[in-house]
Amino acid sequence: MKKALGIGVLLLVVAAFTAWRSHDPETGRYVFLSAYNLENLLQRIGLFGVLGFAAAFVIVTGGIDLSIGAVVCVAGCVLPWLLRDRGCGGGAALVLTLLLCAGIGLWHGLLVAGLGLQPFVVTLCGLLLYRGWMRGFSDDQTMGFGDAAEGLRWLATGKLPLGESFGLPVPLLALAFIAVGTWVVWSRTVWGRHLFALGRNEEAARFAGVPTRRLTIAAYVACSLLAGFGGCLFVLDVNSAQASSFGSFYELYAIAGAVLGGVALRGGEGSVLGIVLGSALMQVLPNTIRLLFDSDRMEFAVVGGVILFGAIADQVVGRWASRRRRPA
Amino acid sequence: MTPAAARPDAPLLQARGVGKSYPGVRALAGVDFSLRRGEVAALVGENGAGKSTLMKVLAGVVQPDDGQILLDGRALRLAGPADALRAGIALIHQELSLCDNLTVAGALFLGAELRRGPFLRRQAMRSQAREWLQRVGLAVDPDKLVAGLAPGQKQLLEIARALRARARVLIMDEPTSSLTMVETARLHEVVRELRGEGVGVVYISHRLDEVKALADRAVGLRDGRNSGELPREAITHEALVDLMVGRQLATARRQPHAPGEVALRVDGVRTLAFPGAPVRFEVRRREIVGIAGLLGSGRSELLRALVGVDERLGGAVAVAGLPLAGGGPAAAARAGLVLLPEDRKAQGLVLGMNVRENLSLPTLRRRGWLVDGAYERDLARRTIGELGIAANSIEQVVGSLSGGNQQKVVLGKWLAATPKALLLDEPTRGVDVGARAEIYARLHALAAAGLAVVFVSSDLEEVLTLADRALVMRAGAIRAELAGDRLTEREVMLAATSMEAE
Repeated sequence: MKKALGIGVLLLVVAAFTAWRSHDPETGRYVFLSAYNLENLLQRIGLFGVLGFAAAFVIVTGGIDLSIGAVVCVAGCVLPWLLRDRGCGGGAALVLTLLLCAGIGLWHGLLVAGLGLQPFVVTLCGLLLYRGWMRGFSDDQTMGFGDAAEGLRWLATGKLPLGESFGLPVPLLALAFIAVGTWVVWSRTVWGRHLFALGRNEEAARFAGVPTRRLTIAAYVACSLLAGFGGCLFVLDVNSAQASSFGSFYELYAIAGAVLGGVALRGGEGSVLGIVLGSALMQVLPNTIRLLFDSDRMEFAVVGGVILFGAIADQVVGRWASRRRRPA
Repeated sequence: MTPAAARPDAPLLQARGVGKSYPGVRALAGVDFSLRRGEVAALVGENGAGKSTLMKVLAGVVQPDDGQILLDGRALRLAGPADALRAGIALIHQELSLCDNLTVAGALFLGAELRRGPFLRRQAMRSQAREWLQRVGLAVDPDKLVAGLAPGQKQLLEIARALRARARVLIMDEPTSSLTMVETARLHEVVRELRGEGVGVVYISHRLDEVKALADRAVGLRDGRNSGELPREAITHEALVDLMVGRQLATARRQPHAPGEVALRVDGVRTLAFPGAPVRFEVRRREIVGIAGLLGSGRSELLRALVGVDERLGGAVAVAGLPLAGGGPAAAARAGLVLLPEDRKAQGLVLGMNVRENLSLPTLRRRGWLVDGAYERDLARRTIGELGIAANSIEQVVGSLSGGNQQKVVLGKWLAATPKALLLDEPTRGVDVGARAEIYARLHALAAAGLAVVFVSSDLEEVLTLADRALVMRAGAIRAELAGDRLTEREVMLAATSMEAE
């Protein structure tokens, strides 16, 4: 909770600074706060936030999933193929795509919890495997819906009008839905309690009768399922997926958003609010750079720098606080 | 479980002819064990005697190769610890600990949450948790995080959890090894109460005074076999040692050598933990000085500050007359001051490396750019011989050695640095009696050869038998210096606890 507060403050500071610096003297308006920019930004926060939750489910168990971007690619290629080439209905295509992605998660979970392979290895290989598979599958052609799936695309591009000029992007609502659902699961269900116990001390959880293997597998399924859902949203948004690049590096945005939001890589730690705020910061920063520098050349450098600064600040403040608590 | 009816006259828990082999080791060979209702049975034996394997078999953690476990006279098949818990057998394992990211109530009900469908009944668990906590006399808020509890409180929480699971058999493995005296007393009280209520307790401890105080019966194991039993009235220190090692150990205090010149001078050193308490003492060559005190009295922090692992707030340290200006443990080692740390697995050894690599770590020599392999091998062979390290070869991985032999490797690695003063933090924690006696003998020999030895120990008996002189710490400061006739259990305890009495 304290971590979420810190990241919230950082997010506010970055947003306020960007808003202030984005003042356009000619029009007298703040570009950052324009309806167009905010709608875009919130939509991206929604899309990437879903992936942040995907990553969080696995990180909470003490694992990692590097294949999130590749699973996004799978969803991005398979969903248009089902819709356009196979003539599936919208709902059926979505469900089949999600089942495929859940299957990938099940496969990861079986390898990690059943066979005892390292999550890093399993999902690193997955990263290469699924993207390569999709390139072959799509023959390196761009996949898209054409004019089909207008109804389904509302999920990614739709807006709920709020006032005259501003509409709330639907993906943000999807994120809110997933966030509330995750919060209920994590803090109010037996499953969530066991997930956190297992993440911190698997041995102790197992001794207490917690079905640790099944839980770990379920966490990987949840991760790939959410990644697949995210992938569907992404492809519905842009209407074109090129297997060689679609979703590339998205796992890093997902993991960085979750970790920035206080999900500890050692497992057993994380808050829903933190993940939302961390994922949001990961989208606000590139927005800042584009607005202030008119170019995205410095994007990675600034994102990397700010995250590092956050980690350093966290450590220094923590040390300072523990020194003050020492008995005199 | 077989459907046969329970026999009221049958022992609560019984093991018959239990055998278990690991690759290359016969851990248990036809061991019998029984536990009655309302009985505390102490399981004693050296490390490697099979205590922990038997304990794990009883708790369902490992499955025996042959033999039988009976509960109330009925055969029991345990596929895992969860099975044992359901059957009423709870293991309280010192190293297992709890999930410290949960609340007290969460940890108490882990694996058996009160639920409504998939949802937790948090309010109900909270209020029931209060009752269970009260039964073991643990006064903490059920919403408090486990991470914030003291070690003794965690131990009591584990007992509360076992009671919550309706455990009728409690297996406790070294439950007091990291507890303060007050916490230990409270734990013993709880164990006695449980015994009065008919719970059977299997109690494993290296601390023989504890076994004497608590056990109704002591069961000995040696080399994976039964080595005899002692009824309550026959439990004496000597009899217990006989049961464990089958030989008498010399425990009499040695005759102190005439001390030489000052090897270690500590003048006004303060630690981060107790910045208001400057410490001043001297240790001479050929002297063995014990530092006693309660847990948290600043003993380990003092040793760590002396060698520079932790920051030193002011004061001066001199080794053999030469001031030690800082520069961390490497500079201290060069000056002749070394520390054998408290937690040998985390701080003293690289468990995954072999004996040779561990022994040469602080003194590794180079030949050009490469490791001087000949020096390394020679050092390893010499040390194994001198210290009697029971290893198959110098290439054996340290993690696979017993506790006592691991400790000898730590000792050997620092002796290679030819120190003038040797600091040891809990040198025999988790080390069995036999290896303990060897370590004592080795320290005596080192002192006789001119080394100054300083050790910290929570084991009073160890301080009384090993030290020529004892310093008693409380709240970061040295409160008493005891030697000769004044070095008694009573005097040490008085000095260590007088603040609590005030």
